[in-house]
Amino acid sequence: MAKLTRRGVLGASVPVLGAGVVALRGVASPGDSAVADAQAADGHAGAMASGASAGHASGGHAGFRGGRTVDSAANGFDPREVVRDFDWGATRRLPNGRVLREWELYAVNHEIEVAPGVSFEAWTYNQRVPGPTLRAREGERLRVTFANGSNHAHTIHFHGIHPAEMDGVPGVGAGQIEPGGKTVYEFDALPAGLHLYHCHVRPLAEHIAKGLYGAFIIDPADGREDADELVMVLNGFDTNFDRANELYAANTIGFAYMDQPIRVLRDQLVRVYLVNVLEYDLVNSFHLHGNLFHYFPTGTSTTPSELTDTVMLCQGQRGILEWRFPTAGRFMFHAHQSEFTELGWQGFFEVCEPGQGRQLLCDLPMGEHG
Amino acid sequence: MEGRAATEREVRGLTRRLPAWVLGLVPLLLIAAAIGAFAALDGPGVAKRTGPPVEELAVEKTVLKPGVIEVTVRNDGPDPVSIAQAQVNDAFVEFVGADKPIGRLASATVSLRQPWVEGEAYDVTLLTSTGGTISHAIPVAAPTPSANLSFYGLMALLGLYVGVIPIALGMLWLPWIRRIPPAWLRAVMALTVGLLAFLAIDATLEGFDVAGKGSQAFGGTALVLIGAVVAYLALTGVGAWLADRRAKASAARASGAQLSLLVAVGIGLHNLGEGLAIGTSYATGALALGVFLVVGFALHNTTEGLAIVAPIAHDRPRWRRLVMLGLVAGAPAILGAWIGASAFNSSVAAFLFGVGAGAIVQVIVQLASSLRDGQGRTLHPVAVAGLLAGMALMFATGLLVSV
Repeated sequence: MAKLTRRGVLGASVPVLGAGVVALRGVASPGDSAVADAQAADGHAGAMASGASAGHASGGHAGFRGGRTVDSAANGFDPREVVRDFDWGATRRLPNGRVLREWELYAVNHEIEVAPGVSFEAWTYNQRVPGPTLRAREGERLRVTFANGSNHAHTIHFHGIHPAEMDGVPGVGAGQIEPGGKTVYEFDALPAGLHLYHCHVRPLAEHIAKGLYGAFIIDPADGREDADELVMVLNGFDTNFDRANELYAANTIGFAYMDQPIRVLRDQLVRVYLVNVLEYDLVNSFHLHGNLFHYFPTGTSTTPSELTDTVMLCQGQRGILEWRFPTAGRFMFHAHQSEFTELGWQGFFEVCEPGQGRQLLCDLPMGEHG
Repeated sequence: MEGRAATEREVRGLTRRLPAWVLGLVPLLLIAAAIGAFAALDGPGVAKRTGPPVEELAVEKTVLKPGVIEVTVRNDGPDPVSIAQAQVNDAFVEFVGADKPIGRLASATVSLRQPWVEGEAYDVTLLTSTGGTISHAIPVAAPTPSANLSFYGLMALLGLYVGVIPIALGMLWLPWIRRIPPAWLRAVMALTVGLLAFLAIDATLEGFDVAGKGSQAFGGTALVLIGAVVAYLALTGVGAWLADRRAKASAARASGAQLSLLVAVGIGLHNLGEGLAIGTSYATGALALGVFLVVGFALHNTTEGLAIVAPIAHDRPRWRRLVMLGLVAGAPAILGAWIGASAFNSSVAAFLFGVGAGAIVQVIVQLASSLRDGQGRTLHPVAVAGLLAGMALMFATGLLVSV
């Protein structure tokens, strides 16, 4: 026997079909204009004009309340810069001729605005979430000096090949680094591919979800083909501590690439270093509109595993995506879990034509595509 | 010894010289001074609160318009709350309203842009500036009737059918109860008390239910009890005042008329609550209007008409008076439906339910004496049977309506 719910009963017994039609049709008319009018009166007309033609600040997509943006200056990082920010560290030659590449990372508590008006007491590496995208070449010697400037014990646990005592887990090697403590993680850059690093102190979920993670790229010794390279760390935030995320994003700030699409050139090779660190949810995904990409799981092979438009990743899983856009225009990318998409994890690529000098021809009105 | 006696004399003299109102102010001034000293010493809890902010928002009202869900919230907590973002069914939505932090006890309305579908369920989540969430479930989405003339007309019609007409019909039992012997009349009075007892319990529980759902800032369920006490005392006071006047005018025969007015007022307050419940349910789409409801209320409330006329069985009231009694008891249902559908506030509703319950208890106390038999017993077998029958009748007819 099917359980008869109240919804079912009402749905079956309410004979006022007309009301339903009115409700549906009303979506495009009276209610909308009321909100749009109120927004205009709110003084956010400028923000709306840049985003939409029909009064939708988010062009008909899910989005934050109109007219407000996250204060990137106060956050200390901007997802629009993070996406192309690769930290090569500082290098010098060792006596044996090898390259020694060094970084200094520190853990610090840092309040960030994860959505307009919503603050989150994050635990960060170098005051940013995700932490710096560390990038090296295969075979180099890597040295990461880690100082803990926060009030909790932390570590840096790197994925890749390294000695046990450099693993950054409690009880092995330096173990967990207490507040005020310091350690050096030193190992060879192996293997070539796309990796990640994160804190490994219990409670693990909390230390990761609060922001202690970043991408770690080791280029093959002979390099990769020239491309417009992007890094996307897929994450989320549990702002009310119920062990479920309220916000999802690529590089921390939801809808950031909706408000300002990532500009790429037509026919140019686009390479995305994609890392999923999302806590509390079993899987995450990446879906590209209007195109398919070659997928290199973990970036360890130069032969793609498949040509697809959607990949699924569990926590810690990562891969390299490569494709070219043959036509100009705006193309979405987002999680193909609609819930994540509408909770922030969506964006646009804006494919432009090269113009005069360094100019780009890409200012297509959003309304035509959104 | 000598010195102390002198001091005592001086103090006594001083207190005699000072006017009485100054003496009345002394404790207040002292407590103000004590609070001042506490603040000056930076005592905890005066200047700034310790600990993280407490964010409590209660959803008071939900209005569904085409493409828009309007949610009115009241800040129940001690700290201001800023609504930063909003989600409907796990998706961020655009909204307007609540631009500034909502202060303590203040309320705000946010309009969320959501293409909702009739009959489906929605979860509205408001995300505060600290990342806290306030969630509100809309179990069945239905358009909120806009408060235009035809809507108020419909509510009036509804109030008429569930309040005024059944009570008027019930009052037509008057010729019958005039003819029945005194013992039978006592049974009818007991039946009436039973009906009222059921209504008092019902109103109290309804009140608790309503109070539990809304804002707790103004007392929550305590409002029901406060309302009941206020109504009981007010009606008792009015009754005593009327009795004084009657004594002066030496009008002896007004007692039955007064009693039936009190019954009508008590039932009127109850029906106000009933109207509120109907109006609110209708406005929020939770009420499936049907034949059942109107028939149920008609049966349920017809018995209330009997309760009004029972005390005046041996009077010769004029038609005008009977119509007035009927309106006092029934018309508040219309008013309640209007209020419930347009300006519902759970705190006010809880208080009104309490007022209704208190009024009914007061009426029961007044009616108790009319149950007495020849031996002066109140709870004689006939009365008990009547009481139980009254409650059973209300219970049974009450099953026909569940708002």
